[in-house]
This record gives sequence, C-alpha cells and structure tokens, in this order.
Amino acid sequence: MTGNLDAYLVLSGLLFSIGTFGFLARRNAIAMLMSVELMVNAVNLAIVAFGTFVPELKGQGTVIALFVMAVAAAEATVGLAIVIAIYRNRRTPLVDEYSSMRD
Amino acid sequence: MDTGSLDQWLVLALLGLPLAGFGLTALFGRRMGTKAWIIAVAAIVAVWVAAMYLVDQTLFQHAYGDGGLHFRLYEWIPAGSFQVDVNFGLDALSAVMLIVVTSVGMLVHIYSVGYMAHDPGRWRFFAYLNFFMFSMLLLVLADNFLLLFVAWELVGLSSYLLIGFWYRRRSAALAAKKAFIVNRVGDLGFALGIMAIWTTVGTLNFGDVFTRLPQLLASGGIQEWQMIGICLLIFAGAVGKSAQFPLHVWLPDAMEGPTPVSALIHAATMVNAGVYLIARTNPLFAEAPEALVVVAAIGIFTAILAASIALTQTDIKRVLAYSTLSQLGYMFASLGVGAYVPAIFHLVTHGFFKGLLFLGSGSVIHSVDEEQDMNKMGALWRRIGITHVTMLIGSLAIAGIPPLAGFFSKDEILGDSFKNGFIWVWGIGVVVALLTAFYMFRLMGKTFYGPSHVDPHVEPHIHESPKWMTIPLILLAIAAAVAGLVLGLPFDGGLIHQWLDPLFSATESVLGHGGSTFQIAGIDGVLILVSTAVAAFGLFAAWRLFGFFGIGPQAARVAAVTDRFKGLYTASKNKWYFDDLNDLLFVRIGGLLAAGLWWFDVHVIDGTVNGIASLTQSSGRGLRQVQTGHVQNYALGIAAGLIVIALGYIVLVTR
Repeated sequence: MTGNLDAYLVLSGLLFSIGTFGFLARRNAIAMLMSVELMVNAVNLAIVAFGTFVPELKGQGTVIALFVMAVAAAEATVGLAIVIAIYRNRRTPLVDEYSSMRD
Repeated sequence: MDTGSLDQWLVLALLGLPLAGFGLTALFGRRMGTKAWIIAVAAIVAVWVAAMYLVDQTLFQHAYGDGGLHFRLYEWIPAGSFQVDVNFGLDALSAVMLIVVTSVGMLVHIYSVGYMAHDPGRWRFFAYLNFFMFSMLLLVLADNFLLLFVAWELVGLSSYLLIGFWYRRRSAALAAKKAFIVNRVGDLGFALGIMAIWTTVGTLNFGDVFTRLPQLLASGGIQEWQMIGICLLIFAGAVGKSAQFPLHVWLPDAMEGPTPVSALIHAATMVNAGVYLIARTNPLFAEAPEALVVVAAIGIFTAILAASIALTQTDIKRVLAYSTLSQLGYMFASLGVGAYVPAIFHLVTHGFFKGLLFLGSGSVIHSVDEEQDMNKMGALWRRIGITHVTMLIGSLAIAGIPPLAGFFSKDEILGDSFKNGFIWVWGIGVVVALLTAFYMFRLMGKTFYGPSHVDPHVEPHIHESPKWMTIPLILLAIAAAVAGLVLGLPFDGGLIHQWLDPLFSATESVLGHGGSTFQIAGIDGVLILVSTAVAAFGLFAAWRLFGFFGIGPQAARVAAVTDRFKGLYTASKNKWYFDDLNDLLFVRIGGLLAAGLWWFDVHVIDGTVNGIASLTQSSGRGLRQVQTGHVQNYALGIAAGLIVIALGYIVLVTR
C-alpha cells in the first residue's frame, strides 16, 4: 500500500464526524441508522489502516474489521426491526415524535 | 388452707361486689331509670357486712395474729427476675381503714339515693361510685407496691370521673382535669420511688421490702441518702393524693363534683390514701428520720395555710375543703413526729365528722335550691332541724370540743408532737386548732344563725331533705359523737392503741418515741387544757361575730375586723395567690418556655428535615428537565461527553 497513515486517519475522522452529525441532526430514524453505519465504517477504515501501517498489528486489523462488520450488520438488523416496530405503533419515522421514554 | 379460706373469699368479695355492681349498673342502670341505685347500694351494703365480719376477725378475735391475713391470688407478672403477684393483706391498719371506707361509703351511697334522685345521670353516678369503692378497697387491701399503685391510679381515675360528673359545666370539666394533672405530679414521684425500691431490693411485696431495705441500710448495701430519697419519693405520691402543699390546689376545685362525692372521696376516704401510704411504709420512714421531718413540716404548714384560707371563703363547700386540707395536714404532721396511731385515729374520726359535715352541707345546699354561697344563706336552723343538729355535732367534733371525736384524736396529735420534741409542730398545731374552731362556727353562724339572706323566691321552698339523706346524717353524727370515746378512752390505751400499737411499736422504738407514759395530772393534762381552751376561745369569738342561738351576729364588728387586716384578708380570700402563682409559673412562664421550644422544634428541627426534603425534591425536579425522551438529545449528550473526554485526553497527553 502506498501513501501514509495520516491521510487514512483524516478521511476516517471526516467520515466519523459526518456520521455523528447525521445521527444528531437527522430526525428520520432510518437516516439515523444510516449515519450509525457511516460511523462504524469510518472506524473500520481506521482499523484497517492501522493494520496495514503499524508493524505490530500486521494482518490483525483485517480480522478486527471483519468482526466489526458482523456486529454492525447485527446491529443494523436489530435497529431496523425496532424502527419498524415503532413505526407501526406511531405511524411516523421521525424520532422527535417519540418522547414516551421521558415518563 | 385452714380457717383463712372463707375469710380469703370474703376479702375477694370486698373487691368483687363493688366491681360487679359497677359493671351491672353501667350495663343496665340506664334502663332501670329512677331505680338505678338498687344494685349499687345492695353491693355496698353487702360489702359493709363482709367488711365488718373481717374487722371483727382481725381486731377483736385476732384470728390472724399480729401479722394479719396475707394471701396470693395469682402470679401477675412473671418477667424473669421481675416478679409481681396479685396478693392481698389484711392487718390491723387495713381493718381500721376498712371501717372508715365501708361505713362512710355505705352511708354516702344511701344518701346519694336521695341527693341524686332528680339527676338523669344517676345510673352513671352510682356506677362510678361503686367503681370508686372497688378501687379504694383494692388500695387498702393490696399487699405490694405495684398493686397499690394500680389502685392509687384507679382512685385517681374515679375521682376524675366524679369531679367531672356534670361535665357540661365548664368549671367541673376544668376542675376534673386539674385534679388529674396535679395528681400526676405526685404520682410521678411515687412511681420513681417504687422503681427505686425494686432496683435496690428486687421485690415489691410489702413484707419483704420492709425487712430487707432496713437490713440493706444496716449492712451498707445502700447509703442513707438513698433511703431518704426513696422515702421522699413515696411522700411525693402522698402529697399529691392527699393534697398537701404545694400540690394542694386541686382539692378545693374538686368541690365542683356532686356533694356526696366531696364527702366520700375528697374528705373521708381517697384523700386519706396518702396518710395510709406513709403509715403503711412506716418501717422505711423509721430509717429516714430526716424524711419524717419533711413530712411533719409539709403537714403542719399545709394545716395552717389551709386553715387561714378557710377563714374567708364564702362557698360552704370550699370552707369544708380547706378544712379537709388542714386536717390532713394534722395527720401528716402527726406521722412526721412519729405519732402513727394518733394519725390513723384522726383519719378515722375525721372520716366520720368531715363526711358528716359534707353531707350536711349537701343537705343545706339542697334545701336552698342548689345555692352554695353562704352569703345567701342564714337563719336556717329552724327550717332544717335535723341537718342543723347533725352539722352542729360535726362542727363541735372538728373544733375539738370534748367529748366529741375530734377532741381525742387532735389532742393525741398535739400531745405527741409536744412530747416527741417537736415544739414548733405543737405550737402551730394549737394555732390551727384555734382557727379551726373559728372558721367552723363562722360557717355555722353564716348558714344557720345569722339573719337570712336567702333569695326571696327560694325562701318559701326551704325544706328538710328526704329520709334517704337525713338518716345517714344521723348515723354519721352518732359516729362523730362517740367514735372518740369508744376508740380513744382511756387516753393512750384505748381500743385504737390496742389495735395499732403492735403494728407501729417497732418503728416508734427505732425513732426513740413511745416510752413516756400518759399523765392526766401532769404534762398531758396541761396540754389538753391548753388546746381545749384555745378551741373554746375560737368558738366563742366566732359566736360573738357570726351569731349563735341566743347571740346575734355583729356584722359591723366583722367589717371592722376585716378592714383592720385588709391585706391579710384579701390574701386569704385569694387563697394566698397559689392559683395565681401556678398560673404565672406554669401557664405563663411555662407557656413561654414551651412556645420557645415549639419555635425551635418548628423552625430548627422540622426546618432541617423539611429543608433536606425540599432540597432533594427541587434538585430532582431540576434534573428531570434533562430527561426529554428524545433520543437525539441523549445522543448529543454522549457525543459531547466523548468530545470532552477526547479533548481532555489530548490536552493531558500533549502537555
């Protein structure tokens, strides 16, 4: 691989920030889940980059990345299931309409 | 069980009959209407018969020996080392008390049939009266301190119920409360005394306490001050119940109750409980002569204080109430100087003549349409002849005119005070005898002999009381006339001495009294002459001022004497301001203190507690705003926290 670690980490940080912004700013539950995926993938990118550039982690970064993908997939499944369940109840995907957790 | 068995049942009957009478009258009395008295009076007559049999067995047949009849009914409190039985004792002292309690009790019950005939609450009255008889008999028969204390409180309760019998009248309700509360002060001391006895000897039975406590003192197990302390605590109870200074304030107010109650409870029986208690615990007081001096001082001070107040009161029952205080003071003085037998002797005679005087005053009040103010009476002696004659006998008896009952007992008290070396008690006692004769014949003069001040509307209706009331009066008058002769002659060796001397001889020898013999031609004759002369002087002075059969009253001279001693007169009229002093000390100053403590409680103690509560509440309410329920707010919080941690880490690491 060419280039240096910093470029990858900057890209990863940017992607994570975009994901965070999306999670905090979007009101649609589906979009929020997509933002979460973005954050997870930003982290994955950072892990793979570390795995390539740090000699002590040689080859192990990819393994961690695979685990993260699997967990992310499971998380997305559960998250979507919850969103659908709430949607059926409330007839809206907008999270600021869901305030029953307050009570 | 041998011969005692039947007698034990009779002792129990003394308690069971009035209790059953109380229960039945309370349950069915209302339905019996005007006949509500039947059960109660029957119960007391039966009690009187049983009591007279037991008195005969104890005092005349000596069936139980000198120690008396003692038996245990059942084990009451088996709590580890704290063991109390329900046990009864009948000795000479109890028997003498039985004579007074049951005789006066029976006559008052009979009298009440007439007196309460027009009162719709008569069933309640008779139920309470029977309940009182039960409590009082329990008091004289109890053979341990705890049972005595229970009876002590029960008589206090019945006294409260009967003072407040006409509870719709505010003054009666207040007087009942006052009696109960003032008694609590003394009872606190008594209760502490009982606890002190238990912690030192570990038993409450009279016999055991009276032998073991002096032994402990002799062997150094307890100090002398502990003995004196125990005696003074017991005396505190007696001061409350027998209305001695400074707890004397409740008794005059107790006159708010119906007159038979005043006669029975507040003159003849219950108020004697304190005297009985000190006499009963005489082996303890023998070891604490300092406590006895206190008893004598309080007694004689109460005697002169109350006599001086009785001089100016105008309510006929209040004069008698202060007279009762004064005579009780005599009894305590007598106990204090170590003259136990004269004290009990005076208790007996006083029970008869004061019961008589109160019942007589009730008859007077009845005849003038429930008027108690002596300034609205007068010239009644022709109109209510029987009441007049019986009251005259009672007054002569209390004044100490021979050969009536009061003369014998009072002279023994004064004589023994003198001979036992308490000259000051004797001196004050003689002055009290003078005052007694004076205020009694002031009462008689104002009521019976002076010009009539009866309300003109009432005047035509003045009538002698029914037979229910006059017969008890006559019987009591006979008792008041002859009790002294029967019990007191020959001097220092009469029946009362034969009965009671064995009981008190040990104590009297510990105190070093009782050795002297009676000399009618010597010192004793002189003492008798002095006190009789003094009483006669008081009597004649009162006749001159307030009238007697042939002697007209001299209102002008009375006014002149009153004017001359204006300060003393108003002080006496206002009862030496004791009620005002109590009002100032306990109601005003005590009230202020209590208000201060109340403020502290409300603002500091409650303030702290409430402050913590409201702080928690308001902080909770504030923090609740954070909990919006919007998932993105939470996420923002997480993100913000993450940023803070990350920045903090960077700052710390790169520094």
